[in-house]
Amino acid sequence: MSINEQTPATATTTGSSRVKRGMAEMLKGGVIMDVVTPEQARIAEDAGAVAVMALERVPADIRAQGGVSRMSDPDMIDGIIEAVSIPVMAKARIGHFVEAQVLQSLGVDYIDESEVLTPADYVNHIDKWQFTVPFVCGATNLGEALRRINEGAAMIRSKGEAGTGDVSNATGHMRKIRSEIAKLAALPEDELYVAAKELQAPYELVKEIAATGKLPVVLFTAGGIATPADAAMMMQLGADGVFVGSGIFKSGNPAERAAAIVKATTFHDDPDVIAKVSRGLGEAMVGINVDEIAQPHRLSERGW
Amino acid sequence: MLKIGVLALQGDVREHAAALAAGGADPVPVRRAEELEGLDGLVLPGGESTAIDKLARAFGVAEPLRRRIGEGLPVYGSCAGMILLANTIADPATDRAGNRQQTFGGIDMVVRRNAFGRQVDSFETDLRFAGLEKLPGVAPDAGAAPVHAVFIRAPWVESIGPDVEVLASVGLSGPSAAAQAPGAARIVAVRSGKLLATSFHPEVTGERRIHELFIQMIRGEA
Repeated sequence: MSINEQTPATATTTGSSRVKRGMAEMLKGGVIMDVVTPEQARIAEDAGAVAVMALERVPADIRAQGGVSRMSDPDMIDGIIEAVSIPVMAKARIGHFVEAQVLQSLGVDYIDESEVLTPADYVNHIDKWQFTVPFVCGATNLGEALRRINEGAAMIRSKGEAGTGDVSNATGHMRKIRSEIAKLAALPEDELYVAAKELQAPYELVKEIAATGKLPVVLFTAGGIATPADAAMMMQLGADGVFVGSGIFKSGNPAERAAAIVKATTFHDDPDVIAKVSRGLGEAMVGINVDEIAQPHRLSERGW
Repeated sequence: MLKIGVLALQGDVREHAAALAAGGADPVPVRRAEELEGLDGLVLPGGESTAIDKLARAFGVAEPLRRRIGEGLPVYGSCAGMILLANTIADPATDRAGNRQQTFGGIDMVVRRNAFGRQVDSFETDLRFAGLEKLPGVAPDAGAAPVHAVFIRAPWVESIGPDVEVLASVGLSGPSAAAQAPGAARIVAVRSGKLLATSFHPEVTGERRIHELFIQMIRGEA
């Protein structure tokens, strides 16, 4: 709270849940794109992205190169913030609250506490209530989503399996979250206590989901989306919007593919539009089948 | 029943549709030029003004919409919607080829994007909003109560033409970018004929009076 003594003073509150969750509401129906340079950020903005995710290496490269993956260099994040007028998000490692403090001080608009980076804490996630900047977190199921919301996440994304171009895990996570919500909404009230225990989620949130039939925050999808049709399918499965990571800048024609995915997201229920924008995009990212990735290297299994 | 479109290319369409339905109107999503036919009014939602501009041009909605606004279609825009209703943007985004971001226009004003700062500067506050006390169907006491306003990377109105009425302003304070001009009031809600624009998002707070005002404007009763 701060009050201007001079005139016409207005008392304002920053960092409230409403302001954090409201920011995600404004991104709905849009595409958020992974970028590693200011030039890529400009391409994303020109294509109609609603935000960019600044990171050092896209998930496909993290996978290929291995090693510990961390928050990006502040100079690189500054460069991207300078380059575009749309919101800029950046990733912090799971549990790494100091990386998050740094990202907040850089003025990023959203922090992704992300399994794509190497976790910094295998027990605790970041206490996100301590921050003014809002957080998005990944989830593979409803219980995980609710635990993140309980820790202060203002937006959820289904995880998928990042850096693969294989959309099957994203599909599975969206369907799982959707069906678990539907199941809760159909339960008699006196069975919600056990449902909360089974979901390993706070009872109050479980009760709220059962009553409203939806998450209290925006639900995007991520992980393996590589084509306009992938994005449109996620929207038809009930996602509020789409994150595209390696799928754009690991493809043959990033600018056109990015614009096509934006259009397919908006017109996700119109196959004529999706067909039209899918033409002539060149090579999609080559991709890896999730099944071929050894269990310890599956990113979506990080976080709990 | 009034048929009011919500431009559904991107943004918080659902929240505006719910607010319009609560006011007794029939909200319909609009993504194509032909869906502009037969509308009594249109809402431009919150979202990313650059993304909405690009999609509106790519799918041929921008020109017909500009024409309808010129012919007197009532339109309400919140946040990105306010930017899209402005005749001029002070700091438009430019693409790699040097083309500037465009608006539908209609209100003789200059807006500045993200004027209150980045997301860490986004805020909520109570505002005095002119004209709500006279709304039909709203008790004068309830109408005079402040509007709880949520500003998210919000624009402000930097200057207005002679036919534009200021409905709400916010005083600048605190450590945010907004403190560039301490003590100055910034315009955050305006009306020009049948066009209404707010920097903030009444649709996310359960505030219904702004949408009610818009509905009454369409009916010619406000």
